[in-house]
Amino acid sequence: MRRRYTVASAMVGALALLTMAGCTTDPNVAAPTEDAATEESVEWFDQELFDKQDAERDVVPEGPEGQPWLQHINAEMVDTSEFAAEGAKKACFANASISNPWRTTGWITMNQQLEVLQEAGVISEMETRDAQDSDDTQIADIDYFIEEGGCDVFIISPNSTAAMTPAVERACDTGKPVIVFDRGVQTDCPVTFIHPIGGFAWGIDTAEFLIDELDEGDKVVALRILPGVDVLEQRWAAAEKLFDEAGIEAVDYFTGADPAEIKKIISDELAKGDVQGIWMDAGDGAVAAIEAFEDAGVDYPVMTGEDEMSFLRKWKETGLTGLAPVYSNFQWRTPLLAVQKIFAGEEVPSEWVLPQSPITAEEVDEYLALNENMPDGHYAKFGGEDLPGYPQVWEDRIVP
Amino acid sequence: MSAVTSDRPSAGARLARLGRTLVSPRGAVFLLLIVLLIAIAVLNPSFAEPGQFIRFIQRVAPVAIVAIGQYFVIVGGEFDLSMGSVVTAQVVIAGNLIGQDEAKSLPVLLLMLAFGAFIGLVNGLIVTLLKVPSFIVTLGMMLALLGGTLYWTGGAATGNPADGFREIGRGGIRGIPVIDILPWSVVVLAAVLAAAIWFSKRPFGRTIIALGDNPTTARFSGTRNWWVKTSTFMISSLSATVAGVLLVGYAGVHPSVGRGYEFIAITAVVLGGVVLGGGRGWVVAAAAGAFALEALFTVLNFAGVPSTYRDAVQGAIIILAVAYSATTFRSRRRGRGIEASSDAPSQTSPDAATQTSPDAATQTSPAPAEERDAEASARPAPIPSTSRADNETKGGS
Repeated sequence: MRRRYTVASAMVGALALLTMAGCTTDPNVAAPTEDAATEESVEWFDQELFDKQDAERDVVPEGPEGQPWLQHINAEMVDTSEFAAEGAKKACFANASISNPWRTTGWITMNQQLEVLQEAGVISEMETRDAQDSDDTQIADIDYFIEEGGCDVFIISPNSTAAMTPAVERACDTGKPVIVFDRGVQTDCPVTFIHPIGGFAWGIDTAEFLIDELDEGDKVVALRILPGVDVLEQRWAAAEKLFDEAGIEAVDYFTGADPAEIKKIISDELAKGDVQGIWMDAGDGAVAAIEAFEDAGVDYPVMTGEDEMSFLRKWKETGLTGLAPVYSNFQWRTPLLAVQKIFAGEEVPSEWVLPQSPITAEEVDEYLALNENMPDGHYAKFGGEDLPGYPQVWEDRIVP
Repeated sequence: MSAVTSDRPSAGARLARLGRTLVSPRGAVFLLLIVLLIAIAVLNPSFAEPGQFIRFIQRVAPVAIVAIGQYFVIVGGEFDLSMGSVVTAQVVIAGNLIGQDEAKSLPVLLLMLAFGAFIGLVNGLIVTLLKVPSFIVTLGMMLALLGGTLYWTGGAATGNPADGFREIGRGGIRGIPVIDILPWSVVVLAAVLAAAIWFSKRPFGRTIIALGDNPTTARFSGTRNWWVKTSTFMISSLSATVAGVLLVGYAGVHPSVGRGYEFIAITAVVLGGVVLGGGRGWVVAAAAGAFALEALFTVLNFAGVPSTYRDAVQGAIIILAVAYSATTFRSRRRGRGIEASSDAPSQTSPDAATQTSPDAATQTSPAPAEERDAEASARPAPIPSTSRADNETKGGS
C-alpha cells in the first residue's frame, strides 16, 4: 500500500517534470546582454536592434513586384559563384517543429514550392527531419545530415538560437551552402539568413496602433504564448517599452495559446476593472479573448491579433477596432528559392530581411475574400497563391 | 461547498469535529478552498457577487468533471493520462464534424460519447487483459490521440462548431433573479457530481474502492476485476467527453484545448486527499480539489503575480498542499494526527473522518479503515503492500 503510493507519486512527479521540460525546450535563446539587467523586459530589449527594425519598417523593399517572398530590405549581397553547379541537388531540411498553425501553414507552402522546383529540375529531393521543438533532436538531425545525409545544401530552421549555433557551424564546415531561416543563430557562416523584419517591428507596429487608439491611463491586457523565444520576447519587449512611455497600463500573461486559459484571464481582468485594449504576441486564440468581452456584456476592446483567419473573421464580424500584425508566413518559400539562386551562382542577400507589414482595417476585406474557404488556423499572408495545388492543398490542410 | 455537516451532538462538539475534519487530509481541501475563495473576495470584492461567482463555477465545471472521472480510475488503483487528449480529440471532432450545421449536433454528440466510451474500453481492456500498467497504456493513448488529432487537422482547427452546440458550454438559462444567468455548465456539473456520488454509494462503486485497496481480496470475494477496472476507464473517458463538450462551447476549437488536463485532474484528485494507488478517497473532495486549483489560478490573476514566476508560485503552493495532506495522513496512521484530540488518539481519527462526513462513511466502510489504521501502526508492512502485479503474475505462471 505505502510502497505503491510512493512509486505512483514518483511516477507522476517524473512525468510531470518530463512534460514541463518538454514545454520549455526553448529556454533562453538570445545571448543575455553584457550588463544583465534586473528587469526581464530590459533583458530582451536591444536598443540597436530596436532602432534597426524600426527603420526597416519604412524602407520600400527591393525585388520583384508582387512577390514579397523574393523581396529584401537593405540587403548586402554576397557572391555565390563558388556554389554554381549543374543538375538537381538534394536539399536537407532540419525543421524545428510543425507544432503550431503558423508553422504548419508555412510547411505546406514550402512543400508546394518544392514541387515547383523539383519539376524545374533544381532540387532532386528534400529530406526533412522534424525536431519536434527539441534542441537535442535538432542537433542530432543536423549531425545526421552532415555525416550520412548525402546533402548538397542544408536548410535549417533553428529551434533555439544559442543551442543550435555549434551545429550550424559544423554544417558550414562541410563547405556546402547553409541556409538559415525564421529564428537566427549566433554565427554568420550561413550563406544567407532569411527572416522577416522581426519582433521589435511587430511590437512597434502594434503598440503604436494601440497607443493611437487609446488614452493615457487606459489598460491593455497582453496575451503572450510562452516565454523565452526571442522572436516572441522581442515583440513584447518593444511593446512594453512603448506602452510604458505612453502611460498605458499593460499587464502580461502567458497563455500557451489555449483559448480556455485566455478566456479565464480576460474574464478575471474584466471582473477586476475595465479593459480597453488587448495586445497579443501571436493571434492564436484571439477569438476566445473577444468572446470573453461578449460573455461579460461589455464593449469590444481595441485589439491587435495576427493575420490568422480566425481573428480576421471575428474582427470583421464584430466590427471592432483592430490591427493584424504579420510575421510573414511566406518566408517558408524563400529558402528553397534561395537554393535555386545559390546553385545558379546568383548573388543573394547575406541577411535576407523580408517585408513584414500588418493588415489594416482597410485591407481586411481583401484578405478575407482571398482566403475565403481557408480553415481558421490558416494565415492570410501565406503567399502561396501562385503555387500548384492552390487553394485546395491549404483548404484541406494536407500536411506532408 | 463544505459538505461536512453533521446533525448530531452539541454545537461545541460539532464545531470541534468540523475543525478537526478541516485540518485532516480529507477536509484539508475544503479548508484550502475556503481560504482561497476568501482571498479572492478580499482582492476583488465583486467576485463575491452571485453573478460573478456562478461564472466562476461555470469556468471550473470542465476541470471538475475531468477530476471526477479521474477519481474513479485513481481510487481503483490506476491512472488515466489520456484524459487531456480525449478532451482535445472531442473538441476537434465537434469542430470538424458539426461545422456550421446545427442539425448535426445531436448525431455528432452521440458519436462523441461512443468514441469516448470506446477509448475507455480500449484503455481498460489493455490494462486488465494484457496486464500492461495503466501508466503506459494511457500515456500511449495520449500520444496516439494527439498525433491522430494533429494528422486529421493539419495542426490547425477548421473552425468553431455551430453556435447552437456551443451554447451548452457558453450559454445558460437567462433571466434568473440574483445570479442573472444559470450556465448550462453548472447544471451539467451538478448532474455529474450527483451521479458520481450516487454511483460511488452503489455496490459497484464500492467495489471499485475495494479493488483499489486490495485487488487480491477483491478477486477472492468474487469481483470481476477486469470489468470493474475497465468500467472506471470508460467513466473517465466519458467524463472527458462531457468536459470536451463544455470546453468547445466555453473556449472554442483549438488543438491546445485540454492540454495538461490529465495533470490538473490528478493534482485535483490528490489535493482532495485521494490516495494514489487506490482504495481511499471521496469523490466530492476530488471535485473540491478541482475548485481549489482553479481558485488558486484566479488568486494569482487577481493578485497580479508577474507572469514570469506565476508558474513557480503555482507549483510551490500545489506541492505544499499535497505535502500537507500526505504528512497529516501519515502522522494520523501513527496516531499522532494534528486533528486527533489528546484524550483518545486512536479512536478519534477514523471517527472524525468517517462520522462527520456521512458520504465518506458509506463509501469507505468505517470498520476496515479503522482496522487498517490500527494494523498500520503495529506492523510497518501490512499485506496490502504486496503489489498487485506480482500477485497476478505469480498466479498466472
